[in-house]
Amino acid sequence: MPRELSGADILVQALTDLGVEHVFGYPGGAVLPIYDALFRQSRIKHILVRHEQAATHAAEGYARSTGKPGVVLVTSGPGATNAVTGITDALLDSIPIVVITGQVPTALIGTDAFQEADTVGITRHCTKHNYLVKDPAQLGTVVHEAFHIAISGRPGPVVIDVPKDVQVATATYRTPGTIQHKTYRPQVKPDTALVEAAVEMLAAAERPILYTGGGVINSGPCASMLLQELARITGAPVTSTLMGLGALPASSDQWLGMLGMHGTYEANMAMHDADLMVCLGARFDDRVTGRLDAFSPRSKKIHVDIDRSSINKTVRVDLGIVGDVGRTLEDMVRIWKARGHQKNDLTGWWRQIGEWRAKDCLGFPEDGPEIMPQRAIRALYEATRQRKPIVTTEVGQHQMWAAQHFGFERPNKWLTSGGLGTMGYGLPAAIGAQIGNPQALVIDIAGEASIQMNIQELATASQYRLPVKIFILNNEYMGMVRQWQDLTYEGRHSESYSEALPDFVKLAQAYGWTGLRIERPDELEGGIAMMLDTPGPVLVDCRVAKLANCLPMIPSGAAHTDMILQETQVSGTMDDEAKALV
Amino acid sequence: MHIHPELHERHTLSVTVDNEAGILARIAGMFSARGYNIESLTVADVTEDESVSRITIVTSGAPANIEQIIAQLDRLVPVHKVNDLTALGPHVERELALVKVAGAGDHRIEALRLADVYRARVVDATTGSFVFEVTGSSEKLDTFIGLMREVGLVEVARTGVVAIARGREAV
Repeated sequence: MPRELSGADILVQALTDLGVEHVFGYPGGAVLPIYDALFRQSRIKHILVRHEQAATHAAEGYARSTGKPGVVLVTSGPGATNAVTGITDALLDSIPIVVITGQVPTALIGTDAFQEADTVGITRHCTKHNYLVKDPAQLGTVVHEAFHIAISGRPGPVVIDVPKDVQVATATYRTPGTIQHKTYRPQVKPDTALVEAAVEMLAAAERPILYTGGGVINSGPCASMLLQELARITGAPVTSTLMGLGALPASSDQWLGMLGMHGTYEANMAMHDADLMVCLGARFDDRVTGRLDAFSPRSKKIHVDIDRSSINKTVRVDLGIVGDVGRTLEDMVRIWKARGHQKNDLTGWWRQIGEWRAKDCLGFPEDGPEIMPQRAIRALYEATRQRKPIVTTEVGQHQMWAAQHFGFERPNKWLTSGGLGTMGYGLPAAIGAQIGNPQALVIDIAGEASIQMNIQELATASQYRLPVKIFILNNEYMGMVRQWQDLTYEGRHSESYSEALPDFVKLAQAYGWTGLRIERPDELEGGIAMMLDTPGPVLVDCRVAKLANCLPMIPSGAAHTDMILQETQVSGTMDDEAKALV
Repeated sequence: MHIHPELHERHTLSVTVDNEAGILARIAGMFSARGYNIESLTVADVTEDESVSRITIVTSGAPANIEQIIAQLDRLVPVHKVNDLTALGPHVERELALVKVAGAGDHRIEALRLADVYRARVVDATTGSFVFEVTGSSEKLDTFIGLMREVGLVEVARTGVVAIARGREAV
């Protein structure tokens, strides 16, 4: 008969059995028993953040950079509600995290007790699944099941709400075997007949394009290798969503750059003119498709996704394949080779793509005395590329410039909030990534507005001596908002100026960081070199051109062929239909 | 700018789920979060050990929406199976209503006569009122309730639709 353990000890034991090494969290009344259980052991290291939202983003950063699920521990009430943004972020970007929340004792649930919130109610629709555990004997199984659900199928966040009395009460714990869930059985292996059909369509295509997404990254590094192999044997051009950057090396000849609202001209034009689109682990997001009725009108479309509900959600496809994208790529490559298919003659297609590339859509004017933000990103890329950095971002112009001008050669090196677009993501995500990759160079490319949304996490990096680098493109505006106001509201800059900014250098120093400032183009290289040569955490306040716009851009409600390429086009107003779109 | 509604069709879905706390909120919340319609929803456990519930949902939407609704239901972790009975073919749909009618004289006699035509049973009677129990398709109930309006209808309670496919096979 196994010994009885408290619920808190069962929880910690289950996490240990699952191989958890790090937990990101913040203590409070309703999780005191769990924190005591953590204190009495040494296998799991707890990382104390300064705000629960940051714990969830750190767990996301950890998960995305290591491929292992991130774990969060927060208290009831405000602890749980503060975590909701990060939980939703993980849902939208399909990131596996397990969030353990304390809850008031079962007898007090529903009485509006101190620090009580209906956590399972609040998180029901921003989690992949959630649990309220009322019996300590169930706790071990629930933790194992939660990890299984978080990491399998389409990954996502799972919340386990544990009332305080359940943490104290005792029960026996046994490691459950392989989890065979009663109802949850994600389809991993694709239907072979459908994959065969996809291969034949690909072999017959004259203007094919591979459109890849975060699913390729989520499927593991093998999927990225298989994508490269599929690209090599078919000769097809490849574009990717924001989430999928790094699956195909940016240095590849077949790489067209990111697609969508701030994607490249060649990627969007190739999507529009293709005769066959193979969507691999992406989901036809509105940022990618632009105006739906003008989206790639002449192509046959194949969609591979592990989530059946993604197929035909916004764009009708000719062939939907439900399965893991890595497994599907493996089958596609195997069947292509087994059938002896040769590369189609795509000379005409590539000639056309070459003409689009010649537009040099990512070019930018550089005639003023200020640092252009694009130049700053390129300089950062050139200075760090040999060190294979992990790059996180906040949300806004700097994020899009990073996606456009930083070259990503490998998966799991680019961590950004895509679906939810959460400002304040980058710093905690960088902390999580650094915890998971102690030797790596981790850089948060930030804006001066976004960075302030989780600025308190400077202390977390100081506490754990994490050598995270923050590179702020400081243009004194919520730049993307300002850009949209110029585009849509005749330049009325309603509340988009970053008034009363702190002195970031002094702020960094106050938290025990090194603070640096770069103000002129001739300081750029030296400043970046100093950031990289300075041990420990460094914050760089890089002053850039205040009114630079992020181009190219497909305005809201426009088609891929209606891209804005020139600065002069970013002014004026729009009709109500366009204004109503996000 | 005006917002244009889309064309709708009506579908009856049968959803078997694990009988766990919050499952109904999970399903109802998915409909509201994604902007889908619920015309009626019924739920009860249907296994001996009370571990599995059967939910019958009548929904309406454009064909692509119906397809999405089914896929979205299917990806919820506690959902065993989703069947679109409307798409599967012939099936039986039934609903039960309790209909309270108050009045005297001719109205009272007419109410009883109509109840007989619609095979509604009297389950409560006072000198001034009846409660009728009537089962059938939703359309039949609608018609009956419409008629009762003219003879003193005061209150209606309806169960919502339950449905099952015809033939010997279980779906």
